[in-house]
Amino acid sequence: MEEFFTMLVLMLDATLRVATPLILAALAGLFAERSGVVDIALEGKLLGAAFAAATVAAVSNSAWLGLGAGIGFSVALAMVHGYACITHKGDQVVSGMAINILVAGLGPTLALAWFHQGGQTPRVEGSGRFHPWNWPFAETLEDVPVIGALYSEIISGHNMFVYLALIAVPITAWVVYKTRFGLRLRAVGESPEAVDTAGISVSAMRFQALIVTGVLCGMGGTYLSIAQNAGFLRNMSAGQGFIALAALIFGKWRPWPTMFACFLFAFTDAVQTRLQGVDIPGIGIIPVQFIQALPFALTVILLAGFVGKAVAPRASGLPYIKER
Amino acid sequence: MTTKETDAASPPGAQPPALELRGIDKWFGPVHANNKISFAVPKGTIHGIIGENGAGKSTLMSIVYGYYQADAGDILVNGTPVKITGPQNALARGIGMVHQHFMLVEPFTVLENVVLGVEGGRLLAPSLEHARGELERLERDYALEVDPDAVVETLPVGIRQRVEILKALYRGADILILDEPTGVLTPQEVDQLFDILRALRDQGKTVILITHKLREIMSLTDNVTVMRQGEVVANVKTAETSREQLAELMVGRSVLLRVEKTPAQPGDTVLSVQNLSVRDGQGVRRVKGVSFYVRAGEIVGIAGVAGNGQSELLEALAGIRPIEDGLIRFKGEEITAAHMRDARRMRELGMGHVPEDRQRMGLVVSFLANESSILGHHYDPKYTGPILMKQGAILQDVSEKMDRFDVRPSNPLLRTSSFSGGNQQKIVLVREMDQNPDLLLVGQPTRGVDIGAIEFIHKRLIAMRDAGKAILLVSVELDEILSLSDRIIVMFDGGIVGEVAQADADERMLGLMMAGERLDSAA
Amino acid sequence: MSVIAPPTQAPRWVTHVLVPVSNLIVAFFIAGIIIAVIGEDPFEAMRLLVVGAFGAPDLIGFTLYYTTNFIFTGLAVSIAFHCGLFNIGGEGQAYIGGLGVGLVGLALGGWPAPIVIIVAIMASMLFGAAWAFIPGYLQAKRGSHVVITTIMFNFLASALMTYLLVEVLIESGQQAPQSRELAENAWLPFMHDIFGALGMEIGQSSLNLSFVIALIAAFLVWVFMWHTRWGYEIRTVGANQAAAIYAGISPSRNIVLAMLISGGLAGMVGINEIAGVHHKLILDFPAGFGFVGIAVALMGRNHPLGIFFASLLFGMLYQGGSELSFDIPTITRDMVVVIQGLVILFSGAMEHVFRPHIVRAYLRLSGGRSAAAPAE
Repeated sequence: MEEFFTMLVLMLDATLRVATPLILAALAGLFAERSGVVDIALEGKLLGAAFAAATVAAVSNSAWLGLGAGIGFSVALAMVHGYACITHKGDQVVSGMAINILVAGLGPTLALAWFHQGGQTPRVEGSGRFHPWNWPFAETLEDVPVIGALYSEIISGHNMFVYLALIAVPITAWVVYKTRFGLRLRAVGESPEAVDTAGISVSAMRFQALIVTGVLCGMGGTYLSIAQNAGFLRNMSAGQGFIALAALIFGKWRPWPTMFACFLFAFTDAVQTRLQGVDIPGIGIIPVQFIQALPFALTVILLAGFVGKAVAPRASGLPYIKER
Repeated sequence: MTTKETDAASPPGAQPPALELRGIDKWFGPVHANNKISFAVPKGTIHGIIGENGAGKSTLMSIVYGYYQADAGDILVNGTPVKITGPQNALARGIGMVHQHFMLVEPFTVLENVVLGVEGGRLLAPSLEHARGELERLERDYALEVDPDAVVETLPVGIRQRVEILKALYRGADILILDEPTGVLTPQEVDQLFDILRALRDQGKTVILITHKLREIMSLTDNVTVMRQGEVVANVKTAETSREQLAELMVGRSVLLRVEKTPAQPGDTVLSVQNLSVRDGQGVRRVKGVSFYVRAGEIVGIAGVAGNGQSELLEALAGIRPIEDGLIRFKGEEITAAHMRDARRMRELGMGHVPEDRQRMGLVVSFLANESSILGHHYDPKYTGPILMKQGAILQDVSEKMDRFDVRPSNPLLRTSSFSGGNQQKIVLVREMDQNPDLLLVGQPTRGVDIGAIEFIHKRLIAMRDAGKAILLVSVELDEILSLSDRIIVMFDGGIVGEVAQADADERMLGLMMAGERLDSAA
Repeated sequence: MSVIAPPTQAPRWVTHVLVPVSNLIVAFFIAGIIIAVIGEDPFEAMRLLVVGAFGAPDLIGFTLYYTTNFIFTGLAVSIAFHCGLFNIGGEGQAYIGGLGVGLVGLALGGWPAPIVIIVAIMASMLFGAAWAFIPGYLQAKRGSHVVITTIMFNFLASALMTYLLVEVLIESGQQAPQSRELAENAWLPFMHDIFGALGMEIGQSSLNLSFVIALIAAFLVWVFMWHTRWGYEIRTVGANQAAAIYAGISPSRNIVLAMLISGGLAGMVGINEIAGVHHKLILDFPAGFGFVGIAVALMGRNHPLGIFFASLLFGMLYQGGSELSFDIPTITRDMVVVIQGLVILFSGAMEHVFRPHIVRAYLRLSGGRSAAAPAE
């Protein structure tokens, strides 16, 4: 029992850490898609931000400058997407794919040229990284049964970004449902012509939404490279942008359900790590690749509508063209 | 109804007009959409703008509302020249617009739709509360009853239109522009709308009504501006004109209101339908147990306000939409079974189908004209061998058809989208008629088609009837139903209200039936 | 794809040649800036790249070997595009297609070479098609967006292949996760051997008979899309689903069909890679070829002829790029990925940016005459 509890605590702890970039990216996607812009470049923005943050942090030895660079680069990528798809009404999926591929090549190319370490950044340590926050009395309370473990492992001892991601959910919900910006955001994704005739610029709304998308992805990517890890690695986003997108769909474009979907995927990942090489009675050892593939398979099953039908914002994916 | 005498009697210069246009000019590429448009709309009047499709009415109003900038000319509001740079700007000058296609966010409530764009603060709750109070006031003043918390997608079209009017009034509109507001309304809803508009006028608001329906102009407006091919051809007081005169002004020549034809010589029953019910994509039952028949050598017209089940009926007969219940017999054979019901099977059995919305369904606008011209017949041995399509034969066949139906330009290798509405419709018609079907299903054959092509299309349909074919015609244009049909079936709310022979029908009677009133005298 | 009619029509060579070439030039210009940013000379890099791709007969051979892969994946993406689908799963379909080839080669070692090769080709198509079938079916029947499902199937293919190569197909007693060598009669002949047998000397390279198969595939795709009723039906579904239903064409059947053909074509990368070059199953052999297919299809305007030229260009980039990295070690294959992203961005997503300007400039220079007067 004790052992099971410890394992559970460790898994919840891992779930929180893995869910952080997913939540940030999924909320980023929520703003884009609610405004009517499909963004499959969450992946590219995570990776790009991870690269920019690690590069600046490695050079300046300042995690905060790294965060600024991560957000800045991610927003810049979002603006490229906006310029192609909003200003020039290009295909949103094609643009997103272009950004993903561009960033996948650009990061290692620049890293190699600048640091000569085979396409990675140098290890970032000390003030170049974001470290876990240990809450008051975490160590003293560690030995108190149940509550102590919960407090010191799950509540305390995380990175700033973990808390940020959790706070971002209610803030997003509040912005989307309780503010003028949110009303217009939801309107522009459902019926851009209604927004246009109401005298609000559709393009301006969508660009604003994409800036928020860029900022959130920037934080997610920064977390990957200088909080969760200690530097940029080739393809370190490893499909998390796509999983975030799947979580967004599964969460039906709503903040809270999306967060729970992220937790679900993150929990799968935690289970995966736990189950590696474990001999399960009656089943045997599950090959590690199968467990790694689980989130992707789950996504397909979710998308196939076996867990309810997802209805996207009506105008998402469509460029807004005024009719004569 | 009492017609209020307008300011026309007051001395000139006493009060500037609410809206005045001087020499508005607008080009779209090679098209001269508005050519030196000038007229004035006195304050507190209902002003009609009438013209055919493509006469430039909507472009003009889009300029007034700030969507487009005129290439030349001035707009004066209350006597002051203004530059309207966008909808926001138009609203600030007291100009509001009710669009033909409603500009509402469907999953939003009425209240949310009303405040969108004029929230007045960063937080939503206070704006919504303020709007609730305002709406109550507007409701009292103009008899505009709407539940502010209803979600728009659950509301019928008539109510949605009220929401649009409320939106404009909430924004402080003094001049209200309505673009073809009655197209989707039932006759009762039209009456209610007109009452609202009169109430608005009586409270000092100025209303501009854009329409192509003479009836509405005559019954509602104080003054009317007639447009043709981008120009103003007349500015008259409604009381001093007549339907005939307006029609002639609109078209530019005297109009034949009826197509010449001989009495029908009906033969055997080609299509018989019993107790047919059809549901739409959302699962709503749109056709409710209708029964009728169509014989060889006659045109049966289905009249009704748009959205009363005619579209679904037509699509079900054509095999595009599954049926829920009932029996369909075609040339004596029962074709109700699900495996029979696809569009290709229906064509093979001898049905032609000219769909209501040719751009969405009848053609592929991005295809070349010759590709669009074989749509639905592409597997015909005439056009394809066992593997390869017969490109030469297709080209020859399509060229010949285009010549015969006078499609211009007569070039099968142009993109379908580069043909005008009338010519696109001819491409569809000739394709469907040339298969020599025993039954032709026709939806809105002349929607968005210029007058010249309308006459041509009507003549072709009559000729087909005279050749002994059965035709089922669905149209929301009463004039078209009256001039083409031999028998007229009126649909309301998914059911058949009654049937009349053309000789016994008139507009008033059909209008009543379209509002759901059953006539015992139906022949 | 959104269609925006240009203000006035320009002749086809302007819209089909001048515009794509301009987009390409912009993409390369930006790539040049990036090369300058990392401190290298873009013009020297360009020179080395072209020499590396075309400077000697064997180099041309390698260029055409890469071209072969891109013809397959470009055609795959284009067929799906014509049906209104964006198949991002070429990578996974190619991987699984290779599995098919490998299994045939491993199992049918004793059979006569021509039969083994034909069976291997069929297996590559069948396996690739099978991997595309599920996303296609889910799109057709359940509306699951094919973009997301094909991305997921790429990850799934990767996991599956890793498992198979690490646990199942690994050569016993070996550490490296790869299969044993295929029997020699499953190998596709190299072009230098074919030409050698005919008494002609061409440089030794990886170029093999697959190149000819790719050219035949491109021709057949052209015939299929524009000269058969099946291609007509697929294009109708892609352009206007309502019109397809009106015409009695089943959208779901054609979506599945288009994805099957698309996956089959992508799977044929396995022929070139496994039966043509590696002669055994190895990890990650598709090396991004599936994604290049997107750039190739967009640049080639989804037409087999355009796809051929676009494939040649990317063949040059891949081959020239690997030669280039010998001379300038800071410019690696990743730089080619960057160019690929830029090409997709400018030929695909931003295709509308320059088009009106170019058309207008052309019309002004040609005296404002338009090729076809709009009817109105």
